[in-house]
Amino acid sequence: MTQSSTPLLQVTGLKKYFPVRSGLFSRVSSWVKAVDDITFHVNHGETLGLVGESGCGKTTVGRSILRLMEPTAGEVRFEGEDVLALKPRELRQARRRMQIIFQDPYSSLNPRMTIGAIVSEPLKIHKIAKGQDLQDRVNQLFVKVGLRPEHQSRYPHEFSGGQRQRVGIARALALNPKFIVCDEAVSALDVSIQAQILNLLRDLQEEFHLSYLFITHDLNVVQYLADRIAVMYLGQLAEVAPVEDLFTSPKHPYTQALLSANPVPDPTVVSQRTILSGDVPSPLHPPSGCRFHPRCPEVMDVCKTADPPLITIGLPERGHQVWCHLHS
Amino acid sequence: MSVDSEAMAPPETPWQEFLRIFKKDYQALFGFWVLILLLVTAVAGKAFTEWWVLFDPEVVRLTDKFLPPFSVPSLDSLSVDRPFGGVYLMGTDELGRDVFARMFQGSFVSLSIGFVAVGISLGIGILLGGVAGFYGHVKLGFITIETLIMRFTDAMMCFPTFFLILTAVALLPPSIYTIMIIIGLFSWMGTARFVRAEFLSIREQDYVIAAKALGIPEVRIIFRHMVPNALAPVFVSATIGVASAILTESGLSFLGFGVPPPDATWGNILSDGKGFIFDAPWLFFIPGMAIFVVVLAFNLVGEGLREALNPKLRSR
Repeated sequence: MTQSSTPLLQVTGLKKYFPVRSGLFSRVSSWVKAVDDITFHVNHGETLGLVGESGCGKTTVGRSILRLMEPTAGEVRFEGEDVLALKPRELRQARRRMQIIFQDPYSSLNPRMTIGAIVSEPLKIHKIAKGQDLQDRVNQLFVKVGLRPEHQSRYPHEFSGGQRQRVGIARALALNPKFIVCDEAVSALDVSIQAQILNLLRDLQEEFHLSYLFITHDLNVVQYLADRIAVMYLGQLAEVAPVEDLFTSPKHPYTQALLSANPVPDPTVVSQRTILSGDVPSPLHPPSGCRFHPRCPEVMDVCKTADPPLITIGLPERGHQVWCHLHS
Repeated sequence: MSVDSEAMAPPETPWQEFLRIFKKDYQALFGFWVLILLLVTAVAGKAFTEWWVLFDPEVVRLTDKFLPPFSVPSLDSLSVDRPFGGVYLMGTDELGRDVFARMFQGSFVSLSIGFVAVGISLGIGILLGGVAGFYGHVKLGFITIETLIMRFTDAMMCFPTFFLILTAVALLPPSIYTIMIIIGLFSWMGTARFVRAEFLSIREQDYVIAAKALGIPEVRIIFRHMVPNALAPVFVSATIGVASAILTESGLSFLGFGVPPPDATWGNILSDGKGFIFDAPWLFFIPGMAIFVVVLAFNLVGEGLREALNPKLRSR
């Protein structure tokens, strides 16, 4: 991270609360704090891995950035532009620059459209190409993602999961975006197919100078693909660090527990598991102070009352940040 | 980058897949051919009883009343009132009218009532259900659009439909069009309910979210991405809806509130015949069987469509 250049995406204080309604008049009785005050950035050409367990708000972060959900509060700046303040018309233009790839390749493609129509639709709608030019561009996209252009007239159900995911990637690439949110993009695929898709994403990143926000629960995947990793727990960030730092010297007790739970494909390695007790608390009633304190093996008194401070580990340029009382 | 080299089955559009499954369903296929036959009969009925009058359903021949099916008329062979072909295929009624000619005419009336009524109810149902499902969260004052529309639907469902229709028909001038419109206006609630349900679930599908992320206009998302995927179950219920509209019309005509004479419908032929159950059983047996077969056929086709269109029900 260089001080002079502004990041491609800067998210500041992002919050997304879902109302819980109850009673006769559907009054809002409480809020589910799915994402509670998150700040991070994504640099040009970089992959930021966003990891955390199920239900910690990873997907909500991704969708809020793209305004597929309206965040409750916070600021999202994409290339210096305030995304949350865009009017509908401007937002539609902005969508050309930021795209999303979904987890489930079975529900992410319209079953009643041919895959050719799926990929060419955005080009037509944004009036980027038509006629022969359109056809050429769609053919190119198909080749780029490793599909045969002659399969364009086929329907999604005729393809395997990996192939469908390639169609989803081609659709996301159609508008030539700079930034793609990969929402568990490989989690639904077999391991062998995962590797193919990850390599594809990496090749495309080099070719088009893309930035990814790679949302996943699979640490091996982010380790392979990401430049930096952000660890989320119960709607808040626990730690952000470059990949090497995070895997070699994790600072947050939650990160340490997460890493110790990561399976290593080597039977001779005896892993030192940090087993967490209890379950993830409900985001309806998050614990006071540090949200991790009821399960933290190194909990202190201060953790139960005060919000954890942001601590920078090592050199600031390294960008290793941790939200934890332990390191203050 | 690996180009996939898997051999693929020949391309199959959803339509071809649907046909393949539907063709294996013998009951549905039977129903389908009955309906085709009915359609042809109905159009021919309209043509041959009104445009080129081969069979005149309105000729009264008092000398020939209550003749059983396949009777030969007593009129001499030069009379213009002689039935076509010189035989009463389905007998005659208490006024000596040719039941075959009346059934022939009635097939068009019954079927058109079924289709028009269902068309009206589908239009209302899809519109209201779609709006409730897609724009449901929008507030109108203190309640949401969804609450407004769906509670109205619930209220409409609370009325016993048949009696509501009876009341409306009793107040309005009797005609075939009134019947069509009334039946349509009072049978859209089921459609509205599941179009809303479909829209609610499709709205959250990733391909709709993807379309939104691509900046595709809302109108196009609704009509290109959502409606085609919501329509299959609507189609199924429409098929069954036609059957129930025909049944409702027959019921109304039987009670004397239906299509006014001289238009013949299966319902009023049945109604006319009810007084002569023991003397002329063909007068109620023939229209009764016709209604039964047609309603059965529509239901069989509806079931077959449901099987063939809904992959979740399919046994693979």
